[in-house]
Amino acid sequence: MTRTIVIDPVTRIEGHAKISLHLDAEGRLQDARFHVVEYRGFEKFCEGHPFTEMAGITARICGICPVSHLLAAARTGDKLLAVQIPPAADKLRRLLNLAQLTQSHALSFFHLSSPDFLLGWECDPARRNVFGLMAADPDLARAGIRLRQFGQQILELLGGRKIHAAWAVPGGVRTSLSAEAKVWILERLPEARATITQALSLYKRLLDGPLQREQRVFGDFPSLFLGLVSREGRWEHLDGVLRIRAADGTIVADGLCEDDYASFLAEAVEPWSYLKFPYYRPLGYPEGMYRVGPLARLNVCDGIGTPWADAELAELRARSGTTDSGGHIVTSSFAYHHARLVEIVACLEAIELLVNDAELMDRHTRSRAGLNRLEAVGVSEAPRGTLFHHYRVNEQGLIERVNLIIATGQNNLAMNRTVLQIAREFIADPVAPDQEIPEPLLNRVEAGIRCFDPCLSCSTHAAGQMPLRLQLLAVDGTVLAERSRP
Amino acid sequence: MRPRAGPPLPDAGAQLRRLRFATVWLAGCSGCHMSFLDLDEFLFDLADRVDIVYSPVASDIKVYPDGVDICLVEGAVANADNLELAFAVRARTALVVSFGDCAVTANVPGLRNLCGGPGHSSGEAVLRRGYVELADTHPGIPRAPGIVPELLERVLPLHEVIPVDLYLPGCPPSADRIRAALLPLLDGQRPRMDGPAMLRFG
Ligand code: SF4
Repeated sequence: MTRTIVIDPVTRIEGHAKISLHLDAEGRLQDARFHVVEYRGFEKFCEGHPFTEMAGITARICGICPVSHLLAAARTGDKLLAVQIPPAADKLRRLLNLAQLTQSHALSFFHLSSPDFLLGWECDPARRNVFGLMAADPDLARAGIRLRQFGQQILELLGGRKIHAAWAVPGGVRTSLSAEAKVWILERLPEARATITQALSLYKRLLDGPLQREQRVFGDFPSLFLGLVSREGRWEHLDGVLRIRAADGTIVADGLCEDDYASFLAEAVEPWSYLKFPYYRPLGYPEGMYRVGPLARLNVCDGIGTPWADAELAELRARSGTTDSGGHIVTSSFAYHHARLVEIVACLEAIELLVNDAELMDRHTRSRAGLNRLEAVGVSEAPRGTLFHHYRVNEQGLIERVNLIIATGQNNLAMNRTVLQIAREFIADPVAPDQEIPEPLLNRVEAGIRCFDPCLSCSTHAAGQMPLRLQLLAVDGTVLAERSRP
Repeated sequence: MRPRAGPPLPDAGAQLRRLRFATVWLAGCSGCHMSFLDLDEFLFDLADRVDIVYSPVASDIKVYPDGVDICLVEGAVANADNLELAFAVRARTALVVSFGDCAVTANVPGLRNLCGGPGHSSGEAVLRRGYVELADTHPGIPRAPGIVPELLERVLPLHEVIPVDLYLPGCPPSADRIRAALLPLLDGQRPRMDGPAMLRFG
């Protein structure tokens, strides 16, 4: 008789998910699947609201990265107004996003994932968590908690509250940074630096020793990678162009604009998950699998542009880059953990530069205009990857259609591939019908998901989609046939 | 159902032992849990007083345990899994806190209730849009019995499904508010829930 083992719920991730392992009659592993089991339907119920409310509503998609939605909504709003935002507003938004990347990555590393490798896979599941870490290594746990707090506090200094501040608006931001806030940030930076230095050396030590097997089998496979880069090809998190790179390092597409996302991204549905499966349209489904997020951002960029972060990036590539790509591309999903730490370094360096930038303190932070366009797409790099907001509004500025392409969803194919690879490695022998799979092995399968730090609150809201136009082109580019979906 | 009138606090004996503390999330955005983690170093004080016996962010225990003293419940009740977990929480917990606006009023997830109509489930309406009309490949509403839970017709606040003992509003409640509510609870007292600092929504 075939057997299905369900891990329910997957814990220490953000949101509701299950994993199922499918065994055949002989007890051999046939398949493993990652299921997302929640759905709220945002795009549908946003209709009819003024586009200026979108930041406030869509922030409630996710309490971990509300800032990403806030920024994507504000940037879509900028385009609807067709305004250039003031330079100070641009810098303040960047500061906001850097703070959010820092807090979210700290949460993923210290609170959620590190118990697996610091306390051990075999550790009692009742203790294998942030409270267990607080008991086992209070200094490290406190440092991690305070690193997250550093990011959260900057969000509060800017927006007035830590979670769901409606501070970025179409045209800019509501308020500027106070002189005291600037002092606070500069005073706390050295501590944040020390914490990340400690975390990096700890992590590299583990990577040299006990984590080698994880690095090898936790989702190591070729795929495409997608992320924003600056116009010069450097690491970018807010305002840039999209680049897609293959596992061998080739740039598959570059300088893409978010406005055209529907021409290169598409989504599939599977009956066993509320999370859709985005893919790179030219390669089709499921061959068009791509990954987004910290590792993808580091893979697509040429460099970061600040000294310490560039040194850490070089070390990440030297340690984990594939020979195929001349050491440039890291394909193991386990390396997302390392990539997050490198990105925190990049964020801390960028935060320091920004708060010392006189232009940041300029009092003019908002451009005002009426509605000038009826449709726009905005993008931001969320902690978990590229986030797209696409709105169409009527003449009164009320939302007619919304589409959101959420970071985590874009890793869905890769997350499924990862759990299967881990399950194959750790459940290699047939399982007898009356035999249980030991908990630490199941935990490893779950930990494959934790590499991606998925945010499932976010990811199942891609309910609406803009009207689609399909064109069949001849080799010379002439349109042979055209169909559109209303 | 009405919230319970009395103060069903953990029994007196509970004050002599470590409290069994849990958090769960139903249909929410995890923001209330993030605000709980914003307790930051107060989490150390909390850890001195309680055992975290179930929590999606801070425990790998998969089955909601018996004999829980206090549970914070984030989120509205939107699908069959939410419902089942809410019942389990009520049956096994002395003091259930409706934690955040989604639990208290259904809040943002409840907006989908506007999408249904007489005889039409709002769940079907949003699902149809998402997975049938708007998919590029394999359109169809996900259904996998035992795995993918069915959406309820309407999204409900927690107290419409189980009696709750305390309301802690906010979207999310700030860490200060959470601490102000927890401190008395840990001493077996009911927190004073009045004034904008404790009661303001949003
Ligand atoms: S009350 Fe607000 S913060 Fe809490 S889960 Fe609901 S939307 Fe998120």
